[in-house]
Parts: sequence; structure tokens; C-alpha cells
Amino acid sequence: MEWLGLSLACYLIGAICAVACGGREAANRLGPAGALAGSLAGLAGVLLSPASAASHIVLPWGLPLGAFSLGLDPASRLFLLPVYVLGAAAAVSGASALAGHDACSDRRGTHWFFFNLLLLGLSLVMTARDAVCFLIAWEIMSLAPFFLISLHDDESEVREAAWIYLVAAHIGAACLIAFFTLAMVQAGGSSFETIAAAAGDGRLTAPALLFLLALAGFAAKIGLFPFHIWLPEVYPTAPSHVTAVMSAGMINVGVYGLWRALEMLGPPVAWQGWLLVGLGLVSALFGILRAQGLGGLKRLLAYSSVENMGLVCLGLGLGLVGRAAGDDAVAMLGLCGALFHVLSHAAFKGLLFLCAGEVLLVVGSVRIAHLGGLAKRMPLVGGLFLLAAAGIAGLPPLSGFIGELVLALAMLAGLDLPGLLPKVGMAGALAALAAVGGFALAAFAKAGGLSFLGQPRTPAAAKAQSRGRLAEAPLVFLAVCVVLAALFAPALLSLAGQAALNFPGMDLAPARAALTMALATTRTVCLISAALVVLAAALLLLRNRLTAAHGRRAAPTWGCAYTAPTARMQYTAGSFVEPTARIMPVPMGMTIQLDMDPGLFPARATLTVATPDAVKNRFFTPIFEAVARGCDALKVVQHGRVHLYILYVLATVVALLAWKL
Amino acid sequence: MEMTQYLLVALVCVNLAYLAVTRLITLTRITAVQGLLLAAMPLAVLGPDPHSHALILSLGVFAIKAIGFPWLLARTLSRLSGDPVVEPYLGFNLSLLSGVAGLLFSLWLETRLPFPPGLFPPLLFPAALTSIFSGLALVVARRKAITQVIGYLAADNGIFLLGVPLAQGSVWLELSVLLDVFVAVFVMGIALHHINKTFESIDVGRFCSLRD
Repeated sequence: MEWLGLSLACYLIGAICAVACGGREAANRLGPAGALAGSLAGLAGVLLSPASAASHIVLPWGLPLGAFSLGLDPASRLFLLPVYVLGAAAAVSGASALAGHDACSDRRGTHWFFFNLLLLGLSLVMTARDAVCFLIAWEIMSLAPFFLISLHDDESEVREAAWIYLVAAHIGAACLIAFFTLAMVQAGGSSFETIAAAAGDGRLTAPALLFLLALAGFAAKIGLFPFHIWLPEVYPTAPSHVTAVMSAGMINVGVYGLWRALEMLGPPVAWQGWLLVGLGLVSALFGILRAQGLGGLKRLLAYSSVENMGLVCLGLGLGLVGRAAGDDAVAMLGLCGALFHVLSHAAFKGLLFLCAGEVLLVVGSVRIAHLGGLAKRMPLVGGLFLLAAAGIAGLPPLSGFIGELVLALAMLAGLDLPGLLPKVGMAGALAALAAVGGFALAAFAKAGGLSFLGQPRTPAAAKAQSRGRLAEAPLVFLAVCVVLAALFAPALLSLAGQAALNFPGMDLAPARAALTMALATTRTVCLISAALVVLAAALLLLRNRLTAAHGRRAAPTWGCAYTAPTARMQYTAGSFVEPTARIMPVPMGMTIQLDMDPGLFPARATLTVATPDAVKNRFFTPIFEAVARGCDALKVVQHGRVHLYILYVLATVVALLAWKL
Repeated sequence: MEMTQYLLVALVCVNLAYLAVTRLITLTRITAVQGLLLAAMPLAVLGPDPHSHALILSLGVFAIKAIGFPWLLARTLSRLSGDPVVEPYLGFNLSLLSGVAGLLFSLWLETRLPFPPGLFPPLLFPAALTSIFSGLALVVARRKAITQVIGYLAADNGIFLLGVPLAQGSVWLELSVLLDVFVAVFVMGIALHHINKTFESIDVGRFCSLRD
């Protein structure tokens, strides 16, 4: 708890120092220093306290409503871990990216102010134990990214992305305010304990409505289908270090909030679990299929976040289904899998975004059509990107595989649930999970292979060069975390298990038994993986020995025995996935237009491949346009005459006084 | 107690006078008169007290509201070249009528609001509310930005008047109100200067060009 206080203080000091320095170079040192110190202090707090301990503190609070009540328990600790790790890495990475003078250098002070504020808000959200305190922290955490995204606000895309983010964040916040207000009024208190106690006594009159409000509010932050539309707009335009924190720390806050809401709302009902399972599977499948079709690296990663958050939601849903059926082994495995996947996704996605950021800084673009052959020019970045891509695609021995394995174990255990529906549902979910894994592998083979292997497609990519040690240090730090997560996967899983054991109503004996089983499986997987790695390394060594004797000949990658291969003969982002796009045109949403002169030897041909998001274009855009038209009609009252504005105020005051008295 | 009543009646008259005058310089003089009356209020309401809080408060109010603001306003007025006449949106007779309507509404409101007995001396609440209403009426019904400043000042004086009986034994409330007004006028002075420079007039009607 003391470490947590120190961390919050560091963030606050960093924020104030940064804004005080304004656009000077010092802001670019003090701001990141505050974020780094705060994150390291927080990390110490999370790692040094025993995993199962819970502490609580109530601080003075000037407001008539709620209380400034903070607590640390296994769930808070688990979700804080990626925030601090990514906060530290992103602070260093951002400092190196914003160093020097460019168009936005005079805004660095405010940028680091809001960066520290984002980390502060995230820490507060994940430790708040009071609804009012939670909502205030939630607002801080939701508003700060708006200013962070709009760092380069001279570009119209950035402005639009920032607005989309703001609208999405506030649609979610509106649902959450409704959720917490209803719960507070019915429970007669604002602390989480009071609300949970009221739910336990059955004093919450409409738990289904409360569940749906919480789900909508938190799903908007998580980016679940159909609330995912802000992710692919925001991630490509925001600065990469901000995206890393957002994708690895901030969207988890939605999962965390959902977790707390589920804890508060008491014994779950089966339909709630199945709703989460369905939503999770749709998000996962939709996300990864869309990701496969895209040609921009960051946008692809954004849709991959939709996919992974879908898997997390699937795990939470399995937990609820298990709890509702009274089968705590299924519940435990589902919840554990979800929490574990949160951790591994955060590490991989953070690393991927920071790598993509390096590519953007060096090449000036993250469109796959502009990249290629980067692994030879930036070996470290390329290697780390491929490592993280392998992890997020769920390849053993990395921890992405373990998370999906635990989810699969939950579904296998769920096959024994009574009734036909659960059996069918679990079998279907298992098949969908397997499909998601396959598609993820294809998507990341595309992302990693086409960007980093082969030949450079543009002169900028050909001239790419690594930016030096300081820029690469955060990448190496995250890569070490990824490797450690793979080596100590059982330890991380038991951390997730500690949090899941605290889920209300969990019967400890079967839950512990399920956890032990999952841990044993994980250890076996780790051993086999380690053996495979050793075997692969030995074979590689042997091969090098054998080939060294005969000498080596270098040829262009994928030269395919052509005498004069060019970079244009390589696979493109579109052609790589064209077969899949032809099989599944609807979910991928890929449109291919071939415009060609007739005849056997056409003189002119153009091919246009686009992947518009149907949810955004056909669903949200018409709604918002209708709202905008309605608001435009209200502009008659906004005529610009100041004294009439004051007349409005005066008339309102008089009317209110006359009406109530 | 009688003294308070006389002061309050005078204040109500001053409030109505705000709405009836046609020359800007007269308007600033009325501000001075209102400041003078307000400066007398703490002495009259709180009576003689051993720590002479009321006296200090009165002196402060006198210095700021009866001398400082009117002087500032007169200075601003002399620096702004142009017609020294109040330009109304709403005619003087109608403005005066709206002031009287505000007075009647305040009197009616006093009968409806549940006050703790003995909190306000008789007539103080309606007088204060009338002050607020006439100030706002001045803001709404006049064209020039300087009349708006004076209107805000009158409204703020009404709020100050409401605070006088509540401040037995401490002056923090009043000081905060004074500071509030001071900042408001300070900002308004600067704003007036800029409005005049940008629009070459202090006619707030020209703000229309700022809308979307």
C-alpha cells in the first residue's frame, strides 16, 4: 500500500513537473522520469507483497458523496502488473521517440502531463473500492488518452480518431454511471462491499438490467464487438508508446471493471455466461478475420486486440456458466484462463506496438506495402516482433499458448455439464477457439513475414536503420518479460488462480483441484516446450557445423530461381489473404476490384483491395449522422446574441423558483 | 433596525434607477451610490460589535464598491471613445417595468421560501433578489458591454447583500465575495479592452459573427 502511494505521488509529481516545463527539453526528461519512477514503485508494490494478501485504506475526501477508499487484492494486483510494466517501457520508449525538435515538440509538456495522468487514473481505477471514487478515476483514465491521441492534431485523421475515441469512451461511461447510480441507490451506499452485500440479500431489483448496463459500459472500453470500432481508428493514429499503454494496460481496465461488476452482482445466471461466451467468440472470430485482411500493421494489431479481448471475455463467460451450473472446476479454469490471457496479451501486444512504433519512426509508414526486408536492417526489432507475433498467435512455448490451453481445458471440463445445450455450446466454442488460433497464426505470419522478411518494397524500407540502444531498451525489457512469462508460466497461472479463487461463491475444494490440474498440465507443456527448444537449438548448431565446412551461398529471399527477381514479385498484404477472403467474404469484409482491359494482353489493369468495417459504416455512422442532424436543428437557439443567452439563464432560474415554490 | 429598512428601500430605488437612466456616466455614479449603501449595511445589520468586524467590513466595501469600481468604470468609459449613451434593446419604460416585476416576484418568493426565523431582517431578502434581477435585466436588455459589466456588478451586490446577515462573527464570506467581484471586474476590464479593439465597438450584438 505504501508503494502504491509512492507510485501515485511519482505520477503526480511527474505530471506537474512536465506541465511546468512546457515545451522545453526538460519536460521530455521529467515527465517520463515521473512515469518510470511511479511504474517501478508500483511494480515493487505489486511484486513484494504476498500474492494472496488484501489490504485496504480509506483517505480523507472532500466530497459529500462516496469515499476515497483504495484497496489491493489479488485481482487488483494482477491487473496492475501490465500497467506498471508497460508504463515503464512506454515512458522510456516515448522519451526517445519525442526527443529532438519537430512540429509537436512544444506540446511535450502537456503530453507527458496527460501520460502521467493516464497511469495515475489506471492505478486508481484498479484500486478503488468505492463507486464514486471508481467513476472519478474512470473519467481521469478515459479523458487523458484523448489528449494523448491528439498529439499530432494537425492531421485530420488524428483529430477524427480522437473524437471517435472520446465518443466511444463516453458512451461507455454513460452506461457505467447509470449502472453505479442504480446500484448505489438500491444498495443505500457507494462502497463495493455495500453493493455486493445488497446483491447478496436480493435487494437489487433488476440485476439483469444492471448486468447489461455494466456489460455495455465495460465492453466499450474493452473493445468487444460491436463496440470495437474505436480501436482500429485510434491505435494507428496515436503515438506508439501511447498505443502500447492503451492496448496493454487501458483496455484491460474494462475486463477488470467487468470482473468487479460480476463480483458485486452476486450469483450469476446461466444466460449471462452464455452471452459473454457468445460475445467473446464473435469478437474473437470477427477480430482475427478482419485483422487478416488489413494492410496496415497497427490497424492489424488493433483488430488482434479485439480478438484477444474476445478470448478473455470467453473465459469470463465460461466462469459464469460454470458458477451458474455449480461446477466450480469449469468456473475456475475459465476465470483463470481469462486472467492469464490478459497478462500474456498485454506483454505481447505492448511489445508488438513498440516494435511497430520503431518501424514507423524509421521507415515513416506501417503499411505492409511500404515495408519488407526489415529483419536484415533492424535485426533486433525484427526478431522481437517475430517473437511477440509467435506468442500472440498462440505458439508454444510462449505464454499465449498456455492461456488458450487453459481456456480449452475449461471447455473440455464443461463438456461434462448436465444438459444438451452446455455440451453443444462447449463443443462449438472449442471448435471456434481452434479456428481463432489458426487464423491468428495466418494473420501474424502475414504481419511478421511480409513486413520483416523478403525484400524491401520502398527505398525508405531499404534504407532503414536501427535507432540505437536507448530506443531499443524498452523493447528488450518487454522481450525479457515475454521470455520470463514463458519460463514461469506456472507461477503466473497460480497468480491468476489466486485472483480467481477470490471470486464470490467459489467452492474452494474443486476449484483448487482444477487449478492443481491446470498447473500440472502447464508444467508438462513447459517441459515439452523446453525440450523442443533445446532440440531445435541443437539441430541448428549441428546444421551450422555441417554447412560451415562446405561454405554458403547467399541469394535473395524468395528469389524462386528467377534470374532478376524484383520486390514487386513478392506476396502483398492483399494477395497473401486472397484465398481466405474468397472463402469468407462477409466477416473479412474485403472488397477486391479488378479493372482490366479486355483481351489476352490487357494494356491497362488496376486492382483495388479495401477492407472497410461494415459495423462502423452501416451501423454507427448512420446513427451518428442522424444525431448530428437532430443537433443541427437545435442551432436556432445558438444565435450568438450574448444577452439572450443570459436571458435563457435568467428565465430558467425564475421558472425553477416559481415551479417548486 | 429602522436604519436597515431605510437603507433597503434606498437600495431598491437604486436598483430601479439602474434600469431607467440613459447616460453611461450616470450609470457608473449609481454604482457608487449602491456601493455606499452596501457599505453601510454591515454596520446597520450586525450592529456595534466588540471586535469591530462590521466596521472593517464596511470600510473595505466602501473602498472597493463605492470608490474603486466606480472609478475603474469611469476611467474605462473615458478611454472608450464613442457615444456616451446607453443603447437599449428593451425600452426604458419596459425595462423599468421588468424591474418592478422582479421586485414583486422577490416579495412573493419571500412569502414562499422557508427561512429560519430571525435570519434575515424584513425586506432584506426581496431587496437583495431585486438587485440580482435588475442586474441581470441590465445585462439582458442593454447593448453595450460596459452595461453588462455594471449589470454583473449589481447582481453580485445582491448576492453580497444576502451574505451580510449570515456573516456574524466572521468575514471570510464577504472577503471571498469581494475577491470574486474584483476578479470579475478585472477580467471584464481586460475583456472590454479586447472587445473594443477587436470589434471596434463594445456592442455585444457584434458577437454574432463568432458563432459557428
